[in-house]
Amino acid sequence: MDKVMRLTTERGVVLFSKSSCCLCYAVKILFQELGVTPTIHEIDQDPEGREMERALMRLGCKAPVPAVFIGGKLVGSTNEVMSLHLGGGLIPLLRPYQALC
Amino acid sequence: MSSPSTELTRRMAIYEQFHHISRWADTFNGDNSPNIGSSTIVPADVRLKNKAECIPCEQVEPSISDQETNKPTDKIQRRLAQNREAARKSRMRKKAYVQQLESSRLKLAQLEQELERARQQGIHIASASDAGYFGLSGTVNSGITSFEMEYGHWVEEQNRLICELRTAVQAHITDIELHILVESGLNHYYNLFRMKADAAKADVFYLISGIWRTSAERFFHWIGGFRPSALLSVMLNLVVVPQIEPLIDQQHLEVCNLRQSSQQAEDALSQGVEKLQQSLAESVASDLCSGNYGAQMVAAIDKLEALENFVSQADHLRQQTLQQMARILTTRQAARGLLAMGEYFHRLRALSSLSAARP
Repeated sequence: MDKVMRLTTERGVVLFSKSSCCLCYAVKILFQELGVTPTIHEIDQDPEGREMERALMRLGCKAPVPAVFIGGKLVGSTNEVMSLHLGGGLIPLLRPYQALC
Repeated sequence: MSSPSTELTRRMAIYEQFHHISRWADTFNGDNSPNIGSSTIVPADVRLKNKAECIPCEQVEPSISDQETNKPTDKIQRRLAQNREAARKSRMRKKAYVQQLESSRLKLAQLEQELERARQQGIHIASASDAGYFGLSGTVNSGITSFEMEYGHWVEEQNRLICELRTAVQAHITDIELHILVESGLNHYYNLFRMKADAAKADVFYLISGIWRTSAERFFHWIGGFRPSALLSVMLNLVVVPQIEPLIDQQHLEVCNLRQSSQQAEDALSQGVEKLQQSLAESVASDLCSGNYGAQMVAAIDKLEALENFVSQADHLRQQTLQQMARILTTRQAARGLLAMGEYFHRLRALSSLSAARP
């Protein structure tokens, strides 16, 4: 889907979310803690939301939200983000986008 | 067979049988089972013997002329034979009854033991008066009862694995063999996470309440299980301080980083759960004055799936922590780490029993 492809290639950290999804909220909090402000797209508030959901699933996400892209590349859902973080691989990916404190 | 004398002897025989039964079968007041039991247990050869002993009676019965001429002796003989018969049958029944009592006693002892074990683990024992596990419709949630049983077995297996690991560490076995034991220990935890996932589907509130764990373990619970960063702190103290298998600086740094990452992930998930709690409360509380709650319940039930996801994420975090520790540590250090963990939880369980037993 064009819209999704365009959004994922945006610079920085992109998070597809739903306003009602608390797990998405948790991922948001994690990025904040790591000093990153992701670009958040709430697909339940988007008129093309359903199509976006399908497109995200086709890209390989088990659940459409939360879906995290860093520098245009798909990282995955909550599982993948957590595994990456505990393995020490998330922070290096975020470094270019971390807010200067 | 209806002549007065046979009637009399038969009645006497029956009376004697009842007399025997009433003496030792008082506890089975309305219950006919000892008698039924004895008749099924009585072996085939005894039955044949019965028939054999009946033969003298049958031989005597038809000849009325004999009866009249040898009246007293015949009567006595018959009565004696029937008495013997009744006594033998009575002994057989008594034997069967005693056997049944013995096996019931054994079964009772076994059940008491299981109950005690379950109580020690703080498992919620549903009693007849307890609405908890029987729900509104009176049905038992089989997913939860089977989880409780499986968890009991899990704890037993855990104790066994820890013993095996302890012996192995003290016996200085090869690293390869030790590695296999460490993998078994880790897989045992991963099995628990799988079991918990099934239980969460059956009843997420039950799982997250930690009621299936002992009280002290529950005190330290975070989203349905142990808090990974807390466990890492315990491990750091236990592995570094004794100096037996000290961590080198690089390892120490990695474990500290792991602990920090875990703390950050835990904070994020905790805040997510809090938000879900608020959202769920709002669902349940919406339109309280209207009196009907159908739509509100449906909205609330949808959120239960979200809660299940959080429990799944928490267990995923636990699994990742264990895997990362296994990666950072050497086999020997990992073995000691698992032993330390096992001992830690064992002590928490013991603390629960002590707390419950305080005067």
